[in-house]
Amino acid sequence: MMPFIIDIADLHKTYHLGRVRVPALRGVSLTVEPGEFLAIVGPSGSGKSTLFHIIGGLTPPTSGHVRIDGLDLAEMSDAGRTRMRQRTVGFVFQKFNLLPTLTAAENIGIARDIAGNNDFDRLQFDNIISLLGIGDRLHHKPFALSGGEQQRVAIARALANHPKILLADEPTGNLDTANSQAVLDVLKDLNGRLGQTTLMITHNPDAADFCAHRIVHMKDGKIV
Amino acid sequence: MVNRLVLQNLLHRPIRTLLSVVAVGVEITLILTVVGLSQGLLEEASRRNRGVGADIIVRPSTTQAAMGLSSAELSEKLVEKFASMPRVSMATGTTVYMLTNYLTTITGVDMDAFSRMSGGLKYLAGGPFEQPFDAVIDQVWAEQRKLQVGQSMELWNRQFRVAGIVEPGKLSRIFIPLTTMQDLLGWRGKLGQIYIKLKNPDETPAVIDELKALLPGYNIFSMAEFTSLFSINNIAGLSTFIRVIIGLAVTIGFLVVMLSMYTAILERTREIGILKSLGASQFYIIGIVIRETFLLALLGIGVGILFSFGAQGIIQHRFPILVVSLHRDWWFYAGLIAVGGAMLGALYPAVRAARQDPIAALAYE
Ligand SMILES: Nc1ncnc2c1ncn2[C@@H]1O[C@H](COP(=O)(O)OP(=O)(O)OP(=O)(O)O)[C@@H](O)[C@H]1O
Ligand SMILES: [Mg+2]
Repeated sequence: MMPFIIDIADLHKTYHLGRVRVPALRGVSLTVEPGEFLAIVGPSGSGKSTLFHIIGGLTPPTSGHVRIDGLDLAEMSDAGRTRMRQRTVGFVFQKFNLLPTLTAAENIGIARDIAGNNDFDRLQFDNIISLLGIGDRLHHKPFALSGGEQQRVAIARALANHPKILLADEPTGNLDTANSQAVLDVLKDLNGRLGQTTLMITHNPDAADFCAHRIVHMKDGKIV
Repeated sequence: MVNRLVLQNLLHRPIRTLLSVVAVGVEITLILTVVGLSQGLLEEASRRNRGVGADIIVRPSTTQAAMGLSSAELSEKLVEKFASMPRVSMATGTTVYMLTNYLTTITGVDMDAFSRMSGGLKYLAGGPFEQPFDAVIDQVWAEQRKLQVGQSMELWNRQFRVAGIVEPGKLSRIFIPLTTMQDLLGWRGKLGQIYIKLKNPDETPAVIDELKALLPGYNIFSMAEFTSLFSINNIAGLSTFIRVIIGLAVTIGFLVVMLSMYTAILERTREIGILKSLGASQFYIIGIVIRETFLLALLGIGVGILFSFGAQGIIQHRFPILVVSLHRDWWFYAGLIAVGGAMLGALYPAVRAARQDPIAALAYE
């Protein structure tokens, strides 16, 4: 049996706002197999984004066992999490989060630059770009792109360093139906072709059904 | 790629960038001008002393450093004594009075002797003294004071007639007859310094040794040695003054760069969050801020060098007696100082940006 690429047990995350403790995750256990497409649904405030932030190494867990691609996050330093963000995971956000002063191509390039990734596969890159349908938009800045195009550039950026895990937090949340469908098509297609493990948060059950191999539900900081 | 980002960041806020560049530019201009002015005046004074044509200068023991104040403590008798020495070709003494308001001096000369030693003043208008209250001035002073031959100028509440206007470059900008100055200032029989010309300049060291034995305690220099004393470090207070001005200039640059980079990183909080989500290390973020600052500083240095030529032009046009001498080596020093100040200003914003919590930064609107 293949080892899990994501292996989480009894994960807790508590934020401290002044003296107030905000428990965002209260004992999450979750395992994901390599190449799996997992949809996460749940009400607002249930801790979905927080779970992504921990898996993606943006913030350390408060307690619990978290192994990502064989590495124990509980023992990981800031620098270790930084390296993980460079190569192991790619983020796609609801708000696209492209750098506004750079063109689409530069936005993708900077991800590679940050990771110090010099040996990149031009053929595969061109493949992804044409699959995303943004080949003729690469030299535009974000403000000149539609939401759907921006999100597809963001996906290309997230995949620039061939991460093993793609984390998409409500990637269609800011898109109309047509653009949403295009993005979902691409995510599903890329998961099939490149085989990277994909986790997607969504409020839309149809989107989850369409893409995912498996759907998990979160509520009050737990998986239910 | 990072350089693209840095460039785009600067272009994105052109006014802020411009203000920072101009601030660094002003800093550089200030440094270059104040140093240039000091060096210019000293070089000019040194050049004029070389124009005397002497090989040796003898000054009283009390006169300190190069720019002696107004005083006359040497006996006039020494002139003849020197002149009678076998290796000496001629000797002549002067008195000097400092016009502090203008950083220039009035020199009392024995015009005949001085002309013989220096090869003669070159008259652009008029001629040498004809009577005790005549003055000969150089072209620069004439321009500065808008004086022409035949007009009168006031010194020590006495009217002097401008007898001649000469080319600048020899000893002083204002000459009056030695005896007139001695009478007016109560220095009868006294001199401020004595210039000695040798038959063979190669014998300068030997003659200096001889003079030192003869006049122990006197300040006796070869002209080369003497003019080399005209340096910033030899003028009491000058280097302190320059350091204070440089300090103020750097403070301006530091504060403006700090404010500019601080607002820049606040404004880019979200972008910093994005970079961090892509795996940018603290080092990487600091690198961006530092590069941006470095570019600002470099542009500022360029602008400052251009401005300094403007300042030089204005100063020398308005005040012909002031000489601003812009040395290339100071482009480098001033640049180094400005870059240092700017980096210091960027340090806090850079560290703050690097420490940003990525999640909070990404949530920033
Ligand atoms: N940085 C933070 N500081 C303090 N509390 C936080 C922080 N991030 C999240 N929380 C809190 O943690 C809880 C879970 O938030 P999270 O963003 O994970 O929910 P979510 O499921 O993604 O919700 P949504 O569907 O609205 O995006 C919420 O109560 C939220 O207020
Ligand atoms: Mg969320």
